[in-house]
Amino acid sequence: MSSTLSENETAATAETSVPWFAAPPVHDIALELPDWYREIQSESWQTFLNLPDPERRDENWRFADLRKLRFAELIAARPADNVESLVQRAKAERVEHFAAHFVFANNRLIYSEVADLPEEAICLPINQALADHGDVVRAHFMKEEGTLGGAKFQALHGAATLSGLFVHAPKGCVIEKPVVVHHFSGGDFQAIFPHTLAVAEDNASISIMDFFESIVDGEQSVIVGGVDLVASNGGRVQYVSMQDESDAGPKHVQLNSSRAGRDANIVSAFVNLGASWVRNESINHMQENGSDIQIFGACLANGSQEYDQRTLQSHEAEHTTSDLLFKNALYDESRTIFAGLIQVQPGSHHTDSYQTCRNLLGSDKAEANAMPGLEIDADQVKCSHGSTSGQISDEEIFYLQARGIPAESARQMISLGFMNESVSKLTGAEIKENLFERIERKFASLRNW
Amino acid sequence: MSQSLKIENLHASVEDTEILKGLSLEIPKGEVHAIMGPNGSGKSTLSKVMAGHEDYEVTAGTVLMDDVDLLDLEIDERSRAGFFLAFQYPHEIPGVSNANFLRAALQARLPKGEEIDAVAFYKDMYAKMDALSMDRKFTGRSVNDGFSGGEKKRNEILQMMMLEPKYAVLDETDSGLDIDALKIVAEGVNRMRSPERGFLVITHYQRLLDYIVPDVVHVMSDGQIVKTGGKELALELEEKGYDWVTEELAVTA
Repeated sequence: MSSTLSENETAATAETSVPWFAAPPVHDIALELPDWYREIQSESWQTFLNLPDPERRDENWRFADLRKLRFAELIAARPADNVESLVQRAKAERVEHFAAHFVFANNRLIYSEVADLPEEAICLPINQALADHGDVVRAHFMKEEGTLGGAKFQALHGAATLSGLFVHAPKGCVIEKPVVVHHFSGGDFQAIFPHTLAVAEDNASISIMDFFESIVDGEQSVIVGGVDLVASNGGRVQYVSMQDESDAGPKHVQLNSSRAGRDANIVSAFVNLGASWVRNESINHMQENGSDIQIFGACLANGSQEYDQRTLQSHEAEHTTSDLLFKNALYDESRTIFAGLIQVQPGSHHTDSYQTCRNLLGSDKAEANAMPGLEIDADQVKCSHGSTSGQISDEEIFYLQARGIPAESARQMISLGFMNESVSKLTGAEIKENLFERIERKFASLRNW
Repeated sequence: MSQSLKIENLHASVEDTEILKGLSLEIPKGEVHAIMGPNGSGKSTLSKVMAGHEDYEVTAGTVLMDDVDLLDLEIDERSRAGFFLAFQYPHEIPGVSNANFLRAALQARLPKGEEIDAVAFYKDMYAKMDALSMDRKFTGRSVNDGFSGGEKKRNEILQMMMLEPKYAVLDETDSGLDIDALKIVAEGVNRMRSPERGFLVITHYQRLLDYIVPDVVHVMSDGQIVKTGGKELALELEEKGYDWVTEELAVTA
């Protein structure tokens, strides 16, 4: 990258903001990249430099603690030195039956294993896919034009990403078992930019699990991830983001985009257990008649963790359906922010759209913010949105206690059940069991119930 | 050691309003007693006080279960000591499966370090569910979440069958049940009757007592037991109405 360019930009934007760093904080992997991809990178970098920092008065950043999202000293992630133990960890934690397993550490692929993948399916790290499958990647990679406030992060991601997985299921190809991807990150101010691109063609099916974890505890690593999920006619994609990084240090931004075609179905789930600050954006387009998208969230926040989640359910055709269920359990002085918008575009008649955010407050000092929204421009539409915040009811505890379960265990069971409700709507017993175990593990580690 | 559930001179209040006003009765092991009474007589308060609900303040009296005063125990300790309440309005616990709930309840009864035998547990549970004509899909469903009224009541009886209490109080278990569900629930209770177990069946209607035939019937009014008799008392009540008892009381007073 040209440093002259960055310096010019510095001068131009000095009034409003100081650039975070002079060049994309990514290592030079000396790859032969196609021109179109280089263009995306340089345009993204320009956009990143030109965009102002997020501001609190911007509705999209309302309630956010902006001090947490300035990554002034970001540097390229260095290679992890304990690669073998990371691979062992990843293997120990994956689901038993999987289609393929890829492990990245600080942006570098350190392990891959294909177990049960249909012949016609393609499952490759994105940078390797560019050479032979550039046309499919190019058609779907980072096509999201809007953001829910994270434009600057999206631009940074576009300028820097070279890790993550491309999964392509051509027409009729069903990848039954999940593709499992681990993204380890570590090192103070070291950044990774994982991308997941899943394309299910007509009547094809893909299931992906992204695991985000820290190499060691307590390092100030930064994760700026992007996810593009695409399903055309009758296609299906299920995507799970399991963010279980160290709860002291890492900051994580993840920008998801889903596009469902005719009668297609996309399910995505965000599970947040770790990191000190998380920003999830999820933009969902029901583009053609009969498309359906479901979005689930399960966040377990404690200490001073802040989870900031913004979603859009955009109904752009007739007979489209979507359902969103986010569950947040908060302890200590943690904070959550949920802002969700349902948009029913003109002419998108017979739409069913639901949005629910429920917060369980386990401490007087925890803070749950919810901003549900609805814009309807069509007829015969069924929409509902709502959010609730509350504590575990005494009656529920009484009921469990009356069966001999001590109050403390009753409290844990109810909280765990609360969190599991959204995850339990996913497909795949092993996937759910894997997520439940992680959630339970974090619950068990909490000191203050 | 007496083998009974013995309530003596029980007084209890909610927010300074006295609901139970010196109630006494004794259920020897092996017997089924019924309490009937008009709405507002304090029937449900009695069941909740025995279970230990914190909204009720006990101001006097004892509830001795085989010589142990239930009122000295925590809610969960009462259950583990062998007391069971089938709720009139069972609570919904989203996200906690029925099977896990029952397992946790049974696990709580084991000494520390001992684990439930999962295979035996499922075998036992399935057999009891079959007896209650409960679909096996209920094991994976969240506790009472989205259950119909009848399904909730059956689920209460399933819990009772799994926990095998010494004494069980059924609080208006018949309310909201159609006749088929009522028969199934009653059959479940009758299978549990044994010389080692006592029952207190609280009901507003005589109908349930056609299927769970009691040894003794008590009539409750204004926080006290005002009349005690055999099973024929229930029929008499059904025929003459609760006013008959209260009027009779007024005359004797």
